[in-house]
Amino acid sequence: MSIGRLSVKAVLYVVMLVLAAAFLLPLVWMLSSSLKPEAQVLTIPPDFFPNHPLWSNYADVFGRIPVFLFNSVKLAAYNVVGILVVSSMAGYAFARLRFAGRDVAFMVLLATSIIPGIAYLIPQYIVFRQIGWIDTHYPLWVPRVLTPVFATFLMRQAFKTVPNELEDAAKIDGASTFGIYWRIMLPQTKPVLAAIAVFTFLDSWNDLFGPLIYLNSENLQTLPVALAQFQGEYFSQLSLLMAGATVSVVPVIIVFLLAQRYFIQGITMTGLK
Amino acid sequence: MARRRTNLTGWLFISPIVVGVVAFQFFPILVSMAASLTKWDGISPPEFVGLSNFTDIFTDDPLFYTTLWNTTYFTLASIPLTVGIGFLLAVLCAQRVRGVSFFRTAFFAPYVTNVVAIGFVWFWFFHPSDGVVNGLLQQVGIHGPEWLSSSTWAMPAVILVSVWQGVGYPMIILLAGLQGIPEMLYESAKIDGASSFARVRYVTLPLLTPHFLFLLITQFISSFQVFGLIYVMTKGGPGHSTSVYIYNLYENAFAYGKMGYACALAWILFAVIASVTYAQWKLQNRWVFYA
Repeated sequence: MSIGRLSVKAVLYVVMLVLAAAFLLPLVWMLSSSLKPEAQVLTIPPDFFPNHPLWSNYADVFGRIPVFLFNSVKLAAYNVVGILVVSSMAGYAFARLRFAGRDVAFMVLLATSIIPGIAYLIPQYIVFRQIGWIDTHYPLWVPRVLTPVFATFLMRQAFKTVPNELEDAAKIDGASTFGIYWRIMLPQTKPVLAAIAVFTFLDSWNDLFGPLIYLNSENLQTLPVALAQFQGEYFSQLSLLMAGATVSVVPVIIVFLLAQRYFIQGITMTGLK
Repeated sequence: MARRRTNLTGWLFISPIVVGVVAFQFFPILVSMAASLTKWDGISPPEFVGLSNFTDIFTDDPLFYTTLWNTTYFTLASIPLTVGIGFLLAVLCAQRVRGVSFFRTAFFAPYVTNVVAIGFVWFWFFHPSDGVVNGLLQQVGIHGPEWLSSSTWAMPAVILVSVWQGVGYPMIILLAGLQGIPEMLYESAKIDGASSFARVRYVTLPLLTPHFLFLLITQFISSFQVFGLIYVMTKGGPGHSTSVYIYNLYENAFAYGKMGYACALAWILFAVIASVTYAQWKLQNRWVFYA
């Protein structure tokens, strides 16, 4: 490698390091502040490393949030499992089964999804109030699990790529339609299932708007909304707030690191022409 | 008989989503259209008022124009920055350097982080006297503004955070686009004597135009419905300087109980989004290049 190319590489590296620092700095600050005594949090220039990590902030936070953590985990699990089941069943039928009205039904589903959720949010809210669902968890998973149009679209594409021979062999062996879907076809689409699972988890885990409008009782609240309410309550206890924020971010980072491949695959699939 | 059974099987497989879309989308959409023509608090029976919600919005609601303008400001500033910086990061991440997956993860991490945690951190970063942002500015001799408590600077501050959080998405889309460009095209451009600038201008950019179109459309739809970051960082203030469209709709519906009015607001938003998206789609043959 020539000196010129080497120095280009070096400059490139420095630029990327500086940018990476800018992107990670707020997250590092959050983590480090969560371990500081209150007096050390806001100093100029900022101390990026706590003198003596104060783990008790986390003990404090965990003492206050177990129920919110549980609610967030529960809703994410319901949404992930529900959306995987509903979207893979529908995707399979749209891709591999022939039946009257299939293409019309598919077009109607896609067309409906073009209207943004905000346009029908209010009637939904009023209906949920009529049937007594306000201040319950139902509005945060039932409608979502039953309307995974986008995930169905992705599943349909995935099932279309499975070779016919697999299905034919299973048919000759006398498998039922459900058996073919469950035992033969579904395992072939694992990467797409994984991508949908990661997306759904993040959507559910990070959702702020839904819990904000549907939940009143404190013990039903999810982590993000509880945190937003902490902001007023513990305004002066910044390290505690940051410990809470860190707890809400860590599961997401773990899921992202474990499933990065599927996540990126999912995003690029959706960006294709 | 056999055909009837396959029909039944197919419909059984799609029945959950069909029931869901009809009950939770299709039906509420019709109700929302009807409700936009009524005065309705969602509890007592709706009172038909014709188009008066719409005329009130256009003639008698100063917040409508304020929030429409704020949303437009947010969108016009954040889209070019998000897509532009996302493109630069994609180019960097497409280089063959060691540890590139670390950089990709770093640029992408804010995108998966929840908006409340992000709002907290940046709220304190923008603190006028104790915040990191003004601390850094002081190092280079600039006396920073009051940021979130200044009606001039609150919106730029929110935009900065939203760009910081959002660039990971266009980065991934454009990275996939870059990796899909055949090496051969660059080779032949090189043989034809194209400079590296010319190769970017005549090979890379045209081949990425479909990705840029996709990003412009999706980013517009999401920017125009921004809510979370604003709710956590400024609650629409100071004054109404960061109050965006959805914020106004949310307050009308859930703080003032004006459900019919909020439905009308939602349909106006839909009309804006639909017409801009349609225009973007129609204008694509002026600049989008399909290989």
